Amino acid sequence: MSLINDFIKFNLNETTRKSIAEYLWIGGSGMDLRSKARTLPEPVTDPAKLPLWNFDGSSTDQAPGDDSEVILLPQAIFRDPFRGGSNILVMCDTYTPAGDPIPTNKRFSADKIFNHPDVAAEEPWFGIEQEYTLLQKDTKWPLGWPVGGFPGPQGPYYCGVGADKSFGRDIVDAHYKACLYAGINISGINGEVMPAQWEFQVGPATGISAGDQLWVARYILERITEIAGVVLSFDPKPIPGDWNGAGAHTNYSTKSMRNDGGIDVIRKAIEKLGLRHEQHIAAYGEGNDRRLTGRHETADINSFSWGVANRGASIRVGRDTEKAGKGYFEDRRPASNMDPYVVTSMIAETTILWKP
Amino acid sequence: MSLLNDLVNLNLCDVTEKVIAEYIWIGGSGMDMRSKARTLPGPESDSSKLPKWNYDGSSTEQATGDNSEVIIYPQAIFRDPFRRGRNMLVMCDAYTPIGDPIPTNKRFIADKIFSHPDVVAEEPWYGIEQEYTLFQKDTKWPLGWPVGGFPAPQGPYYCGVGSDKAFGRDIVDAHYKACLFAGINISGINGEVMPGQWEFQVGPVTGISSGDQVWMARYILERITEIAGAVLSFDPKPVLGDWNGAGAHTNYSTKSMRNDGGIEVINEAIEKLSKRHKEHIAAYGKGNERRLTGLHETADINTFSWGVANRGASVRVGRDTEKEGKGYFEDRRPSSNMDPYVVTSMIAETTILWKP
Repeated sequence: MSLINDFIKFNLNETTRKSIAEYLWIGGSGMDLRSKARTLPEPVTDPAKLPLWNFDGSSTDQAPGDDSEVILLPQAIFRDPFRGGSNILVMCDTYTPAGDPIPTNKRFSADKIFNHPDVAAEEPWFGIEQEYTLLQKDTKWPLGWPVGGFPGPQGPYYCGVGADKSFGRDIVDAHYKACLYAGINISGINGEVMPAQWEFQVGPATGISAGDQLWVARYILERITEIAGVVLSFDPKPIPGDWNGAGAHTNYSTKSMRNDGGIDVIRKAIEKLGLRHEQHIAAYGEGNDRRLTGRHETADINSFSWGVANRGASIRVGRDTEKAGKGYFEDRRPASNMDPYVVTSMIAETTILWKP
Repeated sequence: MSLLNDLVNLNLCDVTEKVIAEYIWIGGSGMDMRSKARTLPGPESDSSKLPKWNYDGSSTEQATGDNSEVIIYPQAIFRDPFRRGRNMLVMCDAYTPIGDPIPTNKRFIADKIFSHPDVVAEEPWYGIEQEYTLFQKDTKWPLGWPVGGFPAPQGPYYCGVGSDKAFGRDIVDAHYKACLFAGINISGINGEVMPGQWEFQVGPVTGISSGDQVWMARYILERITEIAGAVLSFDPKPVLGDWNGAGAHTNYSTKSMRNDGGIEVINEAIEKLSKRHKEHIAAYGKGNERRLTGLHETADINTFSWGVANRGASVRVGRDTEKEGKGYFEDRRPSSNMDPYVVTSMIAETTILWKP
C-alpha cells in the first residue's frame, strides 16, 4: 500500500497554492465527532478568514430532512498531521441558518462565560487528563485482552512496559507527536491502571481554548485508531468489576489562585463547588454513576469531598500547592465522556461568578 | 515491492525530453473507462496539438471485428499523478474513421450545446457531487462490512471517524491529492450515510469541462482502488434495504442566476425542468428507480418537487441562495452512474434553450 501512502503524504506545494481544510464538528449525540474536507484557494491561518460552511443535519440527528442545513462556524485552526503541508484541521461549532446555536452546541454558552469580564480577568487555566480505552475492532473487547477471558489483575499495568503489560503504545505515541505537530498543547501521556487504558493530558490552556484543543485531540486520536484498526472508547466504565473506570480529571487555576495567598482562593472555590455538587455531577458525563463508586480511586458520586493528595476524594489539592500556598486543584469527578466546553465553563462559572 | 515502486516513480526529467501520455476514453457500456499509453517526443499542454490515436473497438463493444478502428481525439490534458514528472492523462472522445462520433460518444452532442451562443453567454457552472461505494475485492460486499452480515444501522457513518465508522479513508484521501495534482477542480470530500460509501465534489467548472473533469476524476479513483485492492462501484443502489443509494447531485447556475434578481431566473429554470421531468429521468442513469424511492433522502422517481433546504425533493435550493436572492440550485435526481456530459448539457439545454 505504499503507493497509496505516497499519495496521502503528497506535498502539493510545488503544484498548487490550494490547501485542504478539514472542518470538524460535534454530532447529535454530543460525543460523536464528524468531519468533511474542502479545498481552499490558498492557505489560511486565521479562523475568521475561513468561509462558513454547512452540513446535512438530518444525517447526524441535528435537523429534520425537510430543513436539513446546519451551519458550521470555524473557531480554531490546527495543522493537519495527516495531510501535512499547509493543510489544516478546523474546529467548528454549529448554528441554525437563522444564526442560533443548535441545542448540541455547548461551545456557544461556554464562550459567553469565558468572555464575561470577571472571568476573563482571572485568566482561567485548565489541564485536562483524558483517559480512554482501546478495544479490538471485531469483538469490542479491550486490546490485548484474551477473547472470552481476562488478563491478570490490575497492578503491573500503570505506566507499565512490556508486551504483557502495555497494549497499544504505538497508537498513543503516534497520537502524541501528531498532536504536537497540530499545535495542541499536549503535556504528557501515560499507561493507565487498567490494561489497554491510556491517558493524555492537554494543558495548561486558557478559557475556551481548552475545550477546542481537547476536542481536536480526541478527533486526532480517533483518526489514528481508525488507521490502526482499533476502536476508541470514552466509556467511563468499560468493564464492570475490579477494573478501573476512565475519567477526565480537570485541573484548574485562576490568576488569584496562582498568586501569593492563592490557597485561600482555592479553598473558597472548592467550598462553592461543594455547594453545587449535584448540578456539576449532572453535567460531568453520562454513565458516571457506573464509575464514581468510591472504589478504584474515585469518590462516591453522592458525596462531595476534598483532600490534599487524596485520590479517593472528589477534589484533590496537590502537596506542592499546599506547600507553596498557591497553585491549582484537580476536580476528579468528570467522566472520560464529558464535554470539555461544559465542564471548563461550569467550573469557571461556579467559582468566579456564582454567589451562594 | 519497493524496487518496483522505485521504478514506477522514476523521474525521467533529467534523462530525456520524452513524456508519456495516457489516452483515456469511455467504452461500450457508457460507464467502463479504458486507457492506453504512448510516448511523445516532448511535453505538450495544448490538447489540440496532441496526435489523434485509435484503438480496437471490437474489444470494447464499439466496433465490429472487420472494421474495428475507433479514432480517439484528445480533448483535455491533466497532469498524471501516477507517473508525475511532465507525463499526462488525456481525456478523449471517440469517432469513426470518417469522423462521425460513435453512438456512445456523448461528449460530441454536449459540446454542441455548450457551444451554442445563448449557452456560452450564460457561462453555465456545474458542481457535481459524485458518490460511490467501495467493495471488498473477492466477495463484492462493501468494504468494512462483515462478510455474510451487516454493520450497525446508518447513523454514525456520515462524516464519521473511527475504525468502526469510516472504511477506506486512505483511498479517499489519496484520490483527493491525486486530483489536485492532476489539475482537477476537486472542491471537497466526505464520508457518506452508508458505511463504505464516499463522495467527492468537482466544481465549479464551466460547460463541457465539467464532464471532462468528472470523468478524469472517476478514472483516477479507479486507478487508486486498483492499487488498494478494492473494487469501485457506481451502482445507484448497491445494497437493498435500509441503506442509502449513491447519487451524483448536480449543482448548477448561470450568469443570470448568479447576478442580482437571479432567484427569479432560478424559479423559471426549475419550472422548465419540472415540465421535462420524464425526459431528464430517462437520461439520469440506469437503475435509478432502485434509488429514487422517496426514502433515504431522495424524491420519488415519478414526482417532480423542489424546496429550500429540502433533501427529500427532486431539486433543492440552498438557504443562502434564498437569502441573497441569487445563486445556484441542486438537481438531486442524477444517479452515481450518470454520464456528466449528458446531464450537464441537458440541464443547460432545458433551462436556457428549450421553450415550453
